[in-house]
Amino acid sequence: MRTLTYVQAIREAHAQLLARDPRVFVIGQGLWSPWYAGGSMQGLETEFGRDRLLDSPVSENATTGLAIGAAISGMHPIVFHPRMDFMLLAVDPVVNQAANWSYIFGGRTKAPVVIRAVVNRGGEQGAQHAQALQAMFMHVPGLKVVMPATPHDAKGLLIAAVNDGGPVLYIDDRWLYNEAGEVPEDFYSVPIGEAARRRSGRDLTIVATSVMVKECLRAAESLAERGIECEVIDLRSIKPWDERCVIESASKTGRLLVADAAWRTCGVAAEIAATVAEKAFCRLRGPIVRVTLPDAPAPSSRSLEQAYFIDATYVISAAESMLGAREE
Amino acid sequence: MPDSALPIFLLKRMYRTMVLIRRFEEQVADRVTAGEIKTPCHLYIGQEAIATGACLALEREDYVWGGHRSHGHYLAKGGDPNTLMAEIYGKAAGCAGGRGGSMHICAPEVGLLGTVPLVAATIPLAAGAALASKMRRDRRVSVAFFGDGATEEGHFHETINLAALYRLPVLFVCENNLYASHMHILERRIADNIAEAGAAHGVPATVVDGNDVLVVYEATRAATERARQGLGPSLIECSTYRWRGHVGPSWDMDVGLKRKDELQEWLARDPIARLAEVLIGRGVGREELENVDRECLAVVEAAVKFAQDSPYPDPGEVLAHVL
Repeated sequence: MRTLTYVQAIREAHAQLLARDPRVFVIGQGLWSPWYAGGSMQGLETEFGRDRLLDSPVSENATTGLAIGAAISGMHPIVFHPRMDFMLLAVDPVVNQAANWSYIFGGRTKAPVVIRAVVNRGGEQGAQHAQALQAMFMHVPGLKVVMPATPHDAKGLLIAAVNDGGPVLYIDDRWLYNEAGEVPEDFYSVPIGEAARRRSGRDLTIVATSVMVKECLRAAESLAERGIECEVIDLRSIKPWDERCVIESASKTGRLLVADAAWRTCGVAAEIAATVAEKAFCRLRGPIVRVTLPDAPAPSSRSLEQAYFIDATYVISAAESMLGAREE
Repeated sequence: MPDSALPIFLLKRMYRTMVLIRRFEEQVADRVTAGEIKTPCHLYIGQEAIATGACLALEREDYVWGGHRSHGHYLAKGGDPNTLMAEIYGKAAGCAGGRGGSMHICAPEVGLLGTVPLVAATIPLAAGAALASKMRRDRRVSVAFFGDGATEEGHFHETINLAALYRLPVLFVCENNLYASHMHILERRIADNIAEAGAAHGVPATVVDGNDVLVVYEATRAATERARQGLGPSLIECSTYRWRGHVGPSWDMDVGLKRKDELQEWLARDPIARLAEVLIGRGVGREELENVDRECLAVVEAAVKFAQDSPYPDPGEVLAHVL
């Protein structure tokens, strides 16, 4: 099968959606820039016209509101936030309006909008060019949240989000943009709410989101060399998330590690840990472990960045101590 | 009030609409006082000319958006009084199935896509619907109704800029009733100059007497024509006054003496009485106007009965419509 990078897959999903559905348009900052969107929107403006790719003023609140208003009146817009940090200026339209809309009107009007937010961090960018805020939005009823970890899902989840019928927050991560993988040429959806088992194993279940999937697979490979077999689950959809898949796996291995490259308190990992503790406590052979960022803003200096961000080595040492506990 | 060249049937429709809103709101006030209605109700009494003049200048397909004080917009756009009253009563037959209450109402069948109490929130939504209309070339106009307080939110300033930039067929109708909750406009900004925001963004703005339904109608008509010709948005500031409190049926005398004097002046500018004079001047008999009044009261009483007789939503459906 054909191989694409993650960023190419995002671009292809946009191109196919724009070509097939006149209701689809994109609004947000950086759409006409050669570099702002990291190549994910490259050339779409010439292919589909600037009236369907609206590079916008610096008005996150209003552009998001516009997209939601257009969605309520029958369009299928994608609003683009090239940095998730800046999306906080659009929390009212996302949380108060889009997420509530169907419910508060008894399902009589809906807001089928996709909010695309990019996690763009590292490189000494510091605190406000760094944040992965999936947990904040996962908290909100009426809003779905997806985080593709592979090129295949980057395309399929964007298509699923646009056709979902309700508001969906689609979060992609610049650290994944150059990852390559097989991507079908056809127009396909990845079902929202279904996790993917990326590796099977009997000793430990690792549930990971987005960029941590790659790190956990690296960790699992290294642990396998020492005879520790990890099952790695790519959550893909943060809300709704695939409880059944996670609980089945955790019940089989008896051990659960959750890795999410975002803050710890009330995070995605906390929610998964709580649910598994509620529903499958008796199947566990030890405490659930979270591998997350510390509860601190992202620093700038490279020495501090190194101490702050997490990768496979954190997963390996957490897994070793979990398994070490068994051997004791 | 100027003599109007508008056809008499239209003036009569305006009169009926304003009286319906007035009687509806008075009924709501009474039922709140009686303890039958619990949901916070922000009454539209005194401002009827704005919703009426603006909505009657629109087509049925045009979109309308509102805020916390939007019973008047709902009725003026042609929404069913029964389902509105049922919603206020929290009943299953309500326009939002009992999930919205007084502040979250909709009538998509007549273009009212939604009202919400988050101040200014529907301003960008209205512009978004206008963007959709522009893309579809369906010639619809989208109207955002909001109060003077909403112009203090970033939503307003960001949206008016975007609407101008994209030349959207959207009307910003600001109902300046001088108060945001308990605070007078001059306690909230250096001058009572909302319409000046239009010029800053290249959006034509007018200030009209919001208690004169005819000038609101004419201003809306001109703005919709401009919008339909692809010339972009307009801002219409309507000067008005709410007779009752920010919320609930009281006359709001607790916000200071100033309000008491003002209220007397504004009661004398009753938009309904003013239109009645015009109609009488055009040869309509008082008896006909009294009949309109009786008919509207009957409609409102029927709506109350409909609401009272409707069942509450099934508690088993509390999670329905969460997407």
